[in-house]
Amino acid sequence: MANISSNFLGIKSPNPFWLASAPPTDKKINVLRAFEAGWGGVVWKTLGSQVKNVSSRYSSVDYGGHRVMGFNNIELISDRPLHINLKEITEVVKLFPDRAMVVSLMADNNRNSWHELIKQCEDAGAMGFELNFGCPHGMTERGMGAAVGQDPEIAKMVVEWVMEKATIPVITKLTPNVHSVVPTGKACVEAGTNALSLINTIQSVTGVDLDTLVPNPYVAGKSVFGGYCGPAVKPIALKFLTTIAQNSVTKKVPISGIGGISTWKDAVEFMLLGASTVQVCTAAMKHGFRIVEDMCEGLNNWMDEKGYKTINDFIGKSVHNITHWEDLDINYHHVANINEDKCIHCGLCYIACEDTSHQAISLTYGNPYNTYTIKEDDCVGCNLCKLVCPVDSCITMVEKRVAPEYINWKMWQEQGLPLNDH
Amino acid sequence: MIKNNRLTTEQYAKNFSDIHPPFETKDAALTEANRCLFCYDAPCTKACPTSIDVPKFIKQIATENVKGSAHTIFVSNIMGAGCSKVCPVEKLCEGACVYNLMEETPIHIAKLQRYSTEIAIQNNWQLFERKKSTGKKVAIVGAGPAGLSCAHSLSREGVDVTIYEKESKGGGLMTYGIAAYKVTPQFCEDEVNYVLGIGGIEIKYNQALGKDFSLDDLQKKYDAVYLAFGVGLARQLDIPGENLQGVEDAISFIYNLRTNHFSNIAVGEKVAVIGMGMTAIDAATQAKRLGAKEVTMVYRRTQEEMPCTEHEFEIAKLDGCRIIWLAAPKEIKGDNGKVTQLLCDVMQLGEPDASGRRSPKPTGKTFTLDVDMVIKAAGQMPYNELIDTYNIQHSKYKLTINNSATNIKSVFAGGDCVNGGKEVVDASQAGKDGASAILNYLFHAKPQSE
Repeated sequence: MANISSNFLGIKSPNPFWLASAPPTDKKINVLRAFEAGWGGVVWKTLGSQVKNVSSRYSSVDYGGHRVMGFNNIELISDRPLHINLKEITEVVKLFPDRAMVVSLMADNNRNSWHELIKQCEDAGAMGFELNFGCPHGMTERGMGAAVGQDPEIAKMVVEWVMEKATIPVITKLTPNVHSVVPTGKACVEAGTNALSLINTIQSVTGVDLDTLVPNPYVAGKSVFGGYCGPAVKPIALKFLTTIAQNSVTKKVPISGIGGISTWKDAVEFMLLGASTVQVCTAAMKHGFRIVEDMCEGLNNWMDEKGYKTINDFIGKSVHNITHWEDLDINYHHVANINEDKCIHCGLCYIACEDTSHQAISLTYGNPYNTYTIKEDDCVGCNLCKLVCPVDSCITMVEKRVAPEYINWKMWQEQGLPLNDH
Repeated sequence: MIKNNRLTTEQYAKNFSDIHPPFETKDAALTEANRCLFCYDAPCTKACPTSIDVPKFIKQIATENVKGSAHTIFVSNIMGAGCSKVCPVEKLCEGACVYNLMEETPIHIAKLQRYSTEIAIQNNWQLFERKKSTGKKVAIVGAGPAGLSCAHSLSREGVDVTIYEKESKGGGLMTYGIAAYKVTPQFCEDEVNYVLGIGGIEIKYNQALGKDFSLDDLQKKYDAVYLAFGVGLARQLDIPGENLQGVEDAISFIYNLRTNHFSNIAVGEKVAVIGMGMTAIDAATQAKRLGAKEVTMVYRRTQEEMPCTEHEFEIAKLDGCRIIWLAAPKEIKGDNGKVTQLLCDVMQLGEPDASGRRSPKPTGKTFTLDVDMVIKAAGQMPYNELIDTYNIQHSKYKLTINNSATNIKSVFAGGDCVNGGKEVVDASQAGKDGASAILNYLFHAKPQSE
């Protein structure tokens, strides 16, 4: 059995799976249930000034019969009185001292407010802080949340205030509502943050009700942009994560990865691209805390299979595999192959290639089953047919290098090689 | 003893309730619709005689465009609602579904088709607009699936249609010749009314060709005639005892069942059903469900050659019908004019015949079954007399057509009277073909030189 425990800047947890700062971590009752289910840690829902929430708060994107492919919310930071949250944090830490208790913070925009809040939380037993510079709704209008994260100068100033006071590790959570997370990430690291986490939610409209003509979620005939999360945002999160893991400044601090993680596989992908722990919210909100069981077991089995003894053995291992386009090997070529024994003659590869790609699949009429064959000379190896094929391993991509040696775009141009393939 | 009223009202209701119940909820339909892979040049569509664009109509259920879905079905097959209940889909669309090749349950195409079409009929969505009347008039003989399909296609193009129907209701064998647990009389009536909803179609009921009117009458009064009078009479066994009391043909047995209350239908204690086609299955299962103690199906070939589908065969077996293969009726014996026994030859299979099936030959051995009722379901006979009277060209009394046209000027034909008796969906396609040939004849054909 592999060891899946995690030590994030001294914050220990029996596994790298934390619940993200969100409704599931707003109360003692929820967090106790989470710890009983096996979660490694929580980031307690953001504490700050007293706020008031609206109804409704959530909406989702359903796709192809699956509910909640994407999810958004317009909920604010914790709307419970600070003293109740602090009291409950103390109680939970006492009951589960082996779990990570990180507290998310969003104080008003002045040094004193931050210092006061930090002191109260440390006294309550917090093991670390996560600075919420990402919340994209409600708090931004008050100059907080994403309004801080979108401006590196302001973010730097707030981190400096925090670092003056905090005696426990500080993680700064970044907003994805920017063209690049690197400038703010760099500013925060330069200001002394001990770690970064990303992504927070993405501003969104999930849909419009075709009867009332009001977008979702509905609040008395109106809606607002909500923060988007869930499986749909995972690819965006992975991209932002990679940029932080590759930048020479930001890569110096550990990262907690967030964004659409639902399974152990998602978690491993985030860790391969540089996350030391991962945070989950939407998947738990959809299925309950029990999903952590398979996350632990799946991670363990995968590590055993690959021979990794601890999570540190593989964290970041894929970061260097994302490169620049001009460094890709132009002589690499592969073509699709259809396994006739597995083919169910659905024609999905054919119509996708014929209508939208390179007309590289031929159709031989049959009644009722047509036969589909790859025209190797016309196949550019784009993967589309393989992606749309409903049968596992029916279409495979077979390597057919153009030439044995590596050559990239820059070299190609320098050597004056022909550009037009057609 | 043959008698009626064998069961309680509740038992009748249970025995004759819908054998393929619909999706109970929209969610259930959506879940199934989302399972469809949306194949290109889909095998299910190719396997449908009317070429319904199955992936498209299923996708439309998934996108909650039920009206569009119903239109996609009806544009290919105006009898699509009935077909969703009576089609032998396991040998048509569902049998071709690519999921079969993955050893997965095929998409429940019929059930999804029923979902859309039932909603369309319930709401009386008229999805086709009839073109302005062209002044052309066409007579159709028979308000069965072929006649109705032809009428609808013609009316859409602005042709005024009159259907002559010998029965008092439309729908043909849908209404009169199919097991009651597949379609209800109410459904058949609703379907006919839905088809007529486009306007421009009149049905004259209780009008039989050769009795109440002649083909010449129609030729004089109309610009064209479409014959869709089907096949009617049950094939005789031509064995001794066929006139005994207790011998009935499956068509009239089912006809009675479909036109009376179940409790009025008399059925024997021990029933033999001759044949193994779809109608034989219907007759056997209905006899059992009316309260017969024993139903034995007698077929002269083996399971390999049986004309019914596996699915239908399963229904008969689940209903507790006994099947004797390689048995051919030789004589029906009686006492006091009433059936008491069925004597059968034991057969064996010889060389393949013209149909490619190995033909049965008597072995010389016989056996007898104690029965008080014999239902004959050995196929249907065409209306030979009618066909002879009007000198319509035929082959073994199946009308000969060339692109839906008979040998008689302005007279077209399709459906069972041409193919000898196939599925509702085949008749519906024949009606479409007939309409297209008639439209071509009415509007595009060059005038013939005198």
